Amino acid sequence: MTFRNQSELRPSEDELLDPALQATLANFRLSVHAWADAAAARPRPLRAVSPHRSRLWRLAAGCALGCVLLAGSVSTGLYQHHQKEIGIAQAREAEHQRQLAAARATQQARDEEDLLAKVDSDIARQTPSAMEPLARLMSDDETR
Amino acid sequence: MTMATAQDVAAHEFSAVVTAHRPQIFRFLLASTRDVDLAETLTQECFLKAHRHWAGFRGESTAMTWLMRIAINLQKDHWRNRRMQFWRHAHTNSVDIDEAGEWLPSNESSAEQKVLAHERVTQVWKAVENLSERQRTVFLLRFVEELELSEIARATGLNEGTVKAHLSRALAKVRSELGGKR
Repeated sequence: MTFRNQSELRPSEDELLDPALQATLANFRLSVHAWADAAAARPRPLRAVSPHRSRLWRLAAGCALGCVLLAGSVSTGLYQHHQKEIGIAQAREAEHQRQLAAARATQQARDEEDLLAKVDSDIARQTPSAMEPLARLMSDDETR
Repeated sequence: MTMATAQDVAAHEFSAVVTAHRPQIFRFLLASTRDVDLAETLTQECFLKAHRHWAGFRGESTAMTWLMRIAINLQKDHWRNRRMQFWRHAHTNSVDIDEAGEWLPSNESSAEQKVLAHERVTQVWKAVENLSERQRTVFLLRFVEELELSEIARATGLNEGTVKAHLSRALAKVRSELGGKR
């Protein structure tokens, strides 16, 4: 093996290539050249894509994409519908609770009014002890 | 010269460059990757890139050096992308070292010598596989493509001193690999 510029390979004396190494490197170079020549000369089968198959693939891909889009839009619609129903139910529940609270408040107010009215009437009918003789006289007159 | 004529000339020149240098670029990429399909793909990319930038080629270096530089960069990008995308492609199409060493022309006289030569070439492949990316590039450019150090420096973008250092280390590794086989 003779290199074009052997001196360039010798940055120092210890870089000298011994004949055995030179021969091995020459064989290495020859083997790479032979391999590359064989690889370059090998017949390369053209992988022709049949237009029919390509069309089928495109159709299948289109269908798949369409299905994905359809599924996406349907699920989005269902989700939105579900969310809306939840909102309506929550509003109804809130209204129901509000009505219950209002009814409870009304009932409580009525109870309080009744109680106060009863207390008033009870107090009105009670006769103080100092007026007891007069009250008895009045009741005697009434019986007569 | 009209625009159309200038374009024709450029296309003709580029066509001549492709014809002249394609084998060398392909061979370098094949030796670097040990993958025929990948080497072909990268060679195509190299010339596609060269074609796109042909108008910008000022002839400061030879067309060969310029093309080799593009090929080296493409190869680097390929390995970098592959490292980044290791989860995508776990397998490699690189041929086995033994297989790569089988392409030895039968210049040896005896069968024993042939076996020995084959064994040594396989050992060189093994050493080349274990070299760093730069050492491998420099080694292949020097000992397979027989470029001069100045040309290797231009193709790799390194200075000559660095090229010498890489070459020296690469040779040391090859010697070490061949050490017990002489």
